[in-house]
Amino acid sequence: MSQVTVLGAWSSPYVYRVIWALKLKGVDYEYVEEDVLHNKSDRLLKYNPVHKKVPVLVHAGKPIAESAVILEYIEETWPQNPLLPKDPHERALARFWIKFGEDKFGALFGFFMTEGEQQVKATKERQEQLTILEEQGLGDKKFFGGDEIGMADLEFGWLAWWMDVMSELAGVKGIEAETFPRLHAWIQRFKDIPTIKEHLPDRSAMLTYFKGGRAILLASAKS
Amino acid sequence: MAAQNKVILYGTWFSPYAKMVEVALKVKGIPYEYVEEDLGNKSPMLLKLNPIHKKVPVLVHNGKAIVESLVIIEYMDETWKTGPRLLPEDPYKRSQFRFWASYMHQVFEALTEVVTTSGEAQEKAVKETFEQLYLLEEGLKGLFPEGIVSSDGEFSNGKLLELVMFSCFGTYEEGLQEVLGIDVIDPEKTPLLFSCISALMEIPALKESCNPHENMVAFLKSYREDALKSATA
Repeated sequence: MSQVTVLGAWSSPYVYRVIWALKLKGVDYEYVEEDVLHNKSDRLLKYNPVHKKVPVLVHAGKPIAESAVILEYIEETWPQNPLLPKDPHERALARFWIKFGEDKFGALFGFFMTEGEQQVKATKERQEQLTILEEQGLGDKKFFGGDEIGMADLEFGWLAWWMDVMSELAGVKGIEAETFPRLHAWIQRFKDIPTIKEHLPDRSAMLTYFKGGRAILLASAKS
Repeated sequence: MAAQNKVILYGTWFSPYAKMVEVALKVKGIPYEYVEEDLGNKSPMLLKLNPIHKKVPVLVHNGKAIVESLVIIEYMDETWKTGPRLLPEDPYKRSQFRFWASYMHQVFEALTEVVTTSGEAQEKAVKETFEQLYLLEEGLKGLFPEGIVSSDGEFSNGKLLELVMFSCFGTYEEGLQEVLGIDVIDPEKTPLLFSCISALMEIPALKESCNPHENMVAFLKSYREDALKSATA
């Protein structure tokens, strides 16, 4: 019996983390698309009064907000195909990188919200954070999670699909093999995982959507 | 044999994040060595243990470093099975504890804005802080419909939210009152939060972990002065 509902938005990398986790664990769920820009549902506002955002996971009528919190809940409730290692110190490292991803999202995304001088600065910042991920987060591992994908891979999954679209629209380089050989290779491996491959938003729809998004962001930065 | 299970906590006396970890160690009865870091002159050891963020707290257990206060909390529950739990057993309750602990840290960051601003900017920061405190109050009411959080006898109830409340609000309350003239935890605006924190501040183990009032006042005063100075520079 499917008692699991996901309130989401098709373009959100945060939502996809939750979708990937559920799919990887073979958990059935009902997906509800929220119009987050113009018309949030009463249900969403009731289930996430603090942030009023997606994703929200509802399990047996009980809501959980914040993707990192949702992922931990999914891991504990459906332990098959584990997304965290067993060893406490290894788990702490995975959680460290997940927090890094949360904290540094702005720094990794800033290039998309800026232009001119500011964009040059923001792109440099992005490259610095990517370097940390390349050298210390991923290192010589196949995935952030080791030999198999884990929660940290889901956290950075947006780099494998959204980053490319955004870089194209913003007129900057993506994650290229010359500058980030390990991340570049990880991106190919991540996208090749059947469950991930089958659950990625349509690229051309993203180009249209995020092109509009960038225009709005740049306009509001000027006002 | 001496290195077995050796725990070292690198912290700073005024950091609520370090304070939370330190009190958690005490509550769980884990012996530890404390190293005070001067954030203006970070030790080579700290920079080696936390090269990416260069921050406290850092917990070192058997020579391995764990970084990020809430990550440390999870590690502690997973590693030391005796003593009170920091997170509850039930997965849904755990999710709520994780959500609200993280949110309380967010509220603390908003409070930092109040300390470091003046005039219109400060008014805005105060408004935002109280809006967030209201949401926190409502959330806690939902999570604890019976009222007071602290219950020493219960092992299945986690201690985390009490520890965050104590470290982020309890230890700062009096100092903020004196330096800003603001009652951050107001019994009329947030009665549940107020009664929880008041009860927590009476617990001997927590009381003795509080920073001396004069130190907090001096620290907050100079922190505010420095911030206002660099804002106008």
